[in-house]
Amino acid sequence: MTGNGWLQIAILFLLVLAVTKPLGLFMARVFNREKTFLDRILRPLERLIYRLTGVDEGREMRWTEYAVSMLLFSVVSMVVLYVIQRVQGYLPWNPQKLAGVPPALAFNTAASFSTNTNWQAYVPETTMSYFTQMAGLAYHNFFSAAAGIALAIAFIRGIARRQAETLGNFWVDMTRASLWVLLPFCLVGSLVLVSQGVVQNFRAYDTVQLVEPQQVPHLNADGTAAVGPDGKPVMDTIAQQTIAQGPVASQEIIKEFGTNGGGFFNANSAHPFENPTPFTNLIEIFCIFAISAGLVYTLGHMTGSLAHGWAVWAAMAFLFLAGVTVTYWSEARGNPLLAGVNQQASATHPGGNMEGKEVRFGVANSALFATATTDTSCGAVNAMHDSFTPLGGLVPLVNIMLGEVIFGGVGSGMYGMLVFVVLSVFIAGLMVGRTPEYLGKKIESYDVKMAMLSLLIFPLIILTLAAISVVSSSFGTSSIANAGPHGLSEILYAFTSAAGNNGSAFAGINANTNWYNIALGFNTLIGRFLVVIPVLAIAGNLARKKYVAPSLGTFPVTTPLFSALLVSVILIVGALTFFPVLSLGPILEHLLMHAGTTF
Amino acid sequence: MKKNLLISILMTVVTTVLFGLIYPLVVTGLAQLIFPDKANGQLVHRNGAVVGSRIIGQPFNGPKYFHSRPSAAGNGYDAGASSGSNLGPTSSKLVQRVKDSVAQLQAENPGRPIPVDLVTTSGSGLDPHISPDSAEFQVPRVARERGLSEAAVRAAVTRHTEGLQFGVLGAPRVNVLELNLDLDSLGTKQAELNQN
Repeated sequence: MTGNGWLQIAILFLLVLAVTKPLGLFMARVFNREKTFLDRILRPLERLIYRLTGVDEGREMRWTEYAVSMLLFSVVSMVVLYVIQRVQGYLPWNPQKLAGVPPALAFNTAASFSTNTNWQAYVPETTMSYFTQMAGLAYHNFFSAAAGIALAIAFIRGIARRQAETLGNFWVDMTRASLWVLLPFCLVGSLVLVSQGVVQNFRAYDTVQLVEPQQVPHLNADGTAAVGPDGKPVMDTIAQQTIAQGPVASQEIIKEFGTNGGGFFNANSAHPFENPTPFTNLIEIFCIFAISAGLVYTLGHMTGSLAHGWAVWAAMAFLFLAGVTVTYWSEARGNPLLAGVNQQASATHPGGNMEGKEVRFGVANSALFATATTDTSCGAVNAMHDSFTPLGGLVPLVNIMLGEVIFGGVGSGMYGMLVFVVLSVFIAGLMVGRTPEYLGKKIESYDVKMAMLSLLIFPLIILTLAAISVVSSSFGTSSIANAGPHGLSEILYAFTSAAGNNGSAFAGINANTNWYNIALGFNTLIGRFLVVIPVLAIAGNLARKKYVAPSLGTFPVTTPLFSALLVSVILIVGALTFFPVLSLGPILEHLLMHAGTTF
Repeated sequence: MKKNLLISILMTVVTTVLFGLIYPLVVTGLAQLIFPDKANGQLVHRNGAVVGSRIIGQPFNGPKYFHSRPSAAGNGYDAGASSGSNLGPTSSKLVQRVKDSVAQLQAENPGRPIPVDLVTTSGSGLDPHISPDSAEFQVPRVARERGLSEAAVRAAVTRHTEGLQFGVLGAPRVNVLELNLDLDSLGTKQAELNQN
């Protein structure tokens, strides 16, 4: 670990702190439908959308209608994405003449992108046309994020409103999220990325002449090296390099800003065309956190308790800093199994565990990115998590298992955290023996049941599907790339990532099989929608309740004590659920690595 | 329900046109207008032919060239199929591969510690950079093979070394493709001088 590494982490943290209030306030104005400086341009566009789609912007919805509208929109847009992929061979902007995507993979991708997951079982540069990337994938980057923001706002209204039947209008909230929050920032941000070297074009892939042509062993059909009649290996000459291109920047910016994470290229943000410089890297990590951090302020503002917003923010910040510290420490220590290699960091050498990492980022920025992308539901990567040290890879996995509530996905992090808040005040209420209250609302058995339902669905699907995969050698363990405990980590990470709508991977696993495409596809759908419905039910129920003035017996939700309780609840729930399986995966691998065992 | 279903369909169509087509086309237009070189991948030309992108790595294995990091993309530096090795830390394949590279490098430059980035694959398989230490490690070999002084080669390395961005961000690095192209052109100049 170096002083400069910590300085870079501190810069990112301070930027997130700085954007929280202005962005949170801006979003509160947008969703309260107050005036903003963008109204002159965006209001006419908004009205046009409502006119074309028949939305009555004055209409309010109960939680059930809000949920149904969200589900309908998700299903319809998911079907459209499925169709686009299947027929991309007949659509424009396909200079590489890529054929339609096979059904199981197209289903997996459609489910994954419409749920803000962006799990990718395919290699984009050889699978998806420019049209599919723009109108299909990047489109869902916008609208799965906008829907997430809408849901978070609905939940906040549920807390803030008193004796009300409705939570707002889903169509209006989603439209305003996309037009006011996402679009202007992405227009500017994508051009900043281009100025650093992120590509934005419709070129066919370029073929360039290598400066030094290479000899590589010729492989037989079965993957073994070919041997000639003279007993010498047969060599192929590679004289050219094909360079994949595309409209990357316009997708790159929303990929992070909407915590989507689906790469334009297979290597995601490790690819120099997606993330060419340390500055783009900083922008991308900042974008991952920005909206989620802002929404915490929006919560405080709209519920009239800014101190509560900051108390939640502090709990998130603590968990973020703890995670990045462990990851950075573990990656900087390097891999003890690599003998004779200098892994000591210096001013002229990144040091640490550099397998799967880029020199321009080094260990600090790779650890920071990995923590940020899993604190939230982003899932973009600038280094390969599969090649992290066992403890360095444990942190991203645990971050997702905790429910991605450390700032969290845009919207989903907010409502995920509020479920933990409900649970925390309930536990605090039990401890003092009073009916728990939360910001003037009594928390009763219905709310706690729904909160528990939303919390328990998540480990249930992860552990069940991972267990099925682990015991099947024909369709489960056959996809593993690394033997030993690391193989278990690969399967566990895949199902955790899909259920958490994250989308990052221990990418060695071959997930493009019928079992994984379909199982992980359903996993993403359940992880999004079955978690959202109980959340909206709580919101609808809270909105109906009367306001109860705080009394001496009320557990205050604005103090450091509350932040500490919240952190403990998150860690205890997470640990109780997942510790056994983690001990067989990354923890065991850590012990074996230091004992010198390889697989 | 019916009304909301109709809205879902219309909303998908209208927003796809706006966010899926108009938005990326506007960004492409502006990018091509303001940053044409960057937007098209910073392609590098030599003698009229395109020989690479400034920010995409290439394989170099010959003794006269500075070597890039090992790559897991296709057959190595396949920029149509970016990929990391995804080998875990306890993978015997990884340990063996690094061991082989270490043996080779130690034979080439005995007694010097081997910088970790020179024996590990990058996340993209297209890393255009090596660390300054990895460049310094290779200076004696390249100088010997090209008949140049170590000082001349070191000066070329310095020309293609990028420090921390804005003085704080990232890690210092050397662009391998640009460095090797520079050395080739130095060689050409040297040959011209000799002929004269």
